[in-house]
Amino acid sequence: MAAAVAAQKAGVKDILLLERDQYLGGILNQCIHTGFGLHHFKKDLTGPEYADRFIKQIEAIRDIEVSLKSFVVRLTKDKILTYLKPGKLEEIKAKALIMATGCRERTREMTHISGTRPAGIYPAGLAQKMINIEGLLPGKEVVIIGSGDIGLIMARRFTLEGAKVKAVIEIQEKTRGLIRNVVQCLEDFSIPLYFRHRIAKIYGKDRVEKVLVENTVNGETFELPCDTVLISVGLIPENELIEMACVEIDKKTNAPVSKEVNKCSIEGIFVCGNSYKVYDLVDNVTRDSVKAGQMAAEYLKGLK
Amino acid sequence: MRAAYDIIIIGGGVTGAAIARELSRYKLKIALLEKEAELAFGVSKSNSGIIHPGTQNPPNSLKGRLCVQGNKLTKQIAKELGVDFKEVGELIVIFNQADLTRLLEIKKEAEELGVGGLRIVDRLWLRKHEPNLNPEVYAALYAPTAGIISPYRWVYDLAENAARNGVEIFLEHKVIDIRQSGSLRLNAAASRFEVLCSQGNREVNSQVSLGAKYIINAAGLYADEISGMVGINDFTIKPRKGEEFILDKKREYLSNHIIFPLPSPISKGILVIKTSDGNPMIGPTAQEIEDKEDLSTSDEGLKKVLEGAKRMIPSIDENDIISYFAGLRPTAGKDFIIRHEDKAPGFINVAGIQSPGLTSAPAIALMVTNLLKNNGLKPRKKWFFQKYRQRTIHLFDIPFNKTKELMKEDPSYGEIVCRCEMVSAKEVRDAIKRGARTLDGIKFRTRAQAGRCHGGFCTTRIMKIMAEELNIPLTEITKRGEGSEIVKENRDSRTA
Repeated sequence: MAAAVAAQKAGVKDILLLERDQYLGGILNQCIHTGFGLHHFKKDLTGPEYADRFIKQIEAIRDIEVSLKSFVVRLTKDKILTYLKPGKLEEIKAKALIMATGCRERTREMTHISGTRPAGIYPAGLAQKMINIEGLLPGKEVVIIGSGDIGLIMARRFTLEGAKVKAVIEIQEKTRGLIRNVVQCLEDFSIPLYFRHRIAKIYGKDRVEKVLVENTVNGETFELPCDTVLISVGLIPENELIEMACVEIDKKTNAPVSKEVNKCSIEGIFVCGNSYKVYDLVDNVTRDSVKAGQMAAEYLKGLK
Repeated sequence: MRAAYDIIIIGGGVTGAAIARELSRYKLKIALLEKEAELAFGVSKSNSGIIHPGTQNPPNSLKGRLCVQGNKLTKQIAKELGVDFKEVGELIVIFNQADLTRLLEIKKEAEELGVGGLRIVDRLWLRKHEPNLNPEVYAALYAPTAGIISPYRWVYDLAENAARNGVEIFLEHKVIDIRQSGSLRLNAAASRFEVLCSQGNREVNSQVSLGAKYIINAAGLYADEISGMVGINDFTIKPRKGEEFILDKKREYLSNHIIFPLPSPISKGILVIKTSDGNPMIGPTAQEIEDKEDLSTSDEGLKKVLEGAKRMIPSIDENDIISYFAGLRPTAGKDFIIRHEDKAPGFINVAGIQSPGLTSAPAIALMVTNLLKNNGLKPRKKWFFQKYRQRTIHLFDIPFNKTKELMKEDPSYGEIVCRCEMVSAKEVRDAIKRGARTLDGIKFRTRAQAGRCHGGFCTTRIMKIMAEELNIPLTEITKRGEGSEIVKENRDSRTA
């Protein structure tokens, strides 16, 4: 949304904004905690409030056409897009393209955690969606793997919903998340955080029953009974579409190979926000996405 | 007794489903019993999906013969049922000249069994047809008739067709006892067996009893226990665990064939497998274990499989792995046990169906039909047997112009639920209409949740469709049956 608004302000008249969900705002909608907008709006907002400020701007601009429930299934290097929406399959050609596709969570499978595969193992972001959007409580005794921000925030969220968070297990020697989240989400609720520990095994036939925690320094182990395991072990930029268009992708990070912010190996395709690289703060996503909108406008001027 | 059947088949895996479909050609009253929430949830769900050509089996074995026959039958039936079967061929590779003798032996043994088209291919051929293969591979045995199929969709479609032809399927029916009644005469009109089942909810069991003239025991890992219920205790099922690792669809063309090393006495080794969904798979391990429910994977398994697979295709990377699982092969000695039990007339054991069980299933079904005929059953063919089935639509394997047309009939083909595998709301609804009752059942049928994000995006979307279609609360939706509910509570007053 920030890129679309910025592009329009920079003089672009014909903008199509495709969103696969039924509403604008993306993952911000499920981030009902505060901490958004301190830099950009100089205000401490929740995720939905932050998104709403942009939705209002978008709605006020006639040059931006919004298409919801629109799912891009193909992209070519000539910037021809094919997308599906209920009842329609559209093919369009863009002069410039801004990719703001965000990121996805690394999964249990990608970290190769051994053990069984019962119900009760969820990416932290899915658990967040279940609680904050759907009103569903996924579990009552929770162990969180990884001290990423979503994991930390979910530790507090589960606690506030009356569940017991048994521990946060971090394989590294320090947290991956923001210090403010460690303090406000764990320490304030006396939730133990184990550094240099890993989950060696998950047990349970139908539902998670317990996990085996291993100290990676001395190999000592202990068990934690629980019914839920949340995975918060990092984010991956979502770039399968530009990969389809043969944009050069760094295999390790799944981000585009790039020399300058928002740029990739194809002229006229700009990649911004968490799909360019994983950011800590939404304010910085906005800052660089505004730049992406301006860069796209500049690029279009150059074409004429 | 609730009802009496001519035949009760115990076990809704590929063996039971193939037998049910074959027998549904006849005027018989047939019941298929499965203890899990859905079919194929036992041994079959963790199958590699390879339709073996018939190599790597002892020449005088039952499995050797059934595998070769099954390969041909599978091809034919898959076509009738609209199941995707791809004849990709396989390569058994060797790394030095010394192993050539063994490779030629395998070729000779397979040819004796009737496997066609086998030939030894050299480095030059391999470089051209399998460019990612380790250049150190010396030669390979090429078997062009090897193929791939989705093991669970195969079971679902066989069973769906059987049901279409009159077979009654009972899920969550666990056989707890079999009683034999007085009459042992094979042509007796009355039921010889009373099959006692516990039904539904695992905690509050309600029991049901079904009568049968014939019982076919296709109970996989529990075939020994079922057989024991009629006093036949001369075999034991020992689980042999196999861990497998699935790679990202981006690596679909990692290999063009299924690639095997030289087989060991207990297993075919660590393979690089193509799957009909596109995602390559590596594995499986082979480890004798005691616990029939132990489906855990291990760090050692991962290490072993990666090592074995990378030896054949060095570019395989640990980061390509998007999923993994373990399955148990139900072994009972070296060969299959398929026989009528004269000590319990009317009882047929189909046990120890490990690899190549998936391939052999349709041939096993024919063999079982003959066993029934040889032991008193005189079935008459139905005047009409519906052998065809309409192919299930998957957006991921049809071209866009076809998708466009489909959307005119139903706009919800354009409503994408699973972003990684491109599965629409319509496909999920269809899967439920075809019998899916659990998230795993949806996954196996449609591939939704099976991609790289592992359900992070689509789980709640699918749950809502299920709640709507099945008219159940969200809290009752399970991963794979009772006890595996996804969420503990619903706090949303709008949908509670």
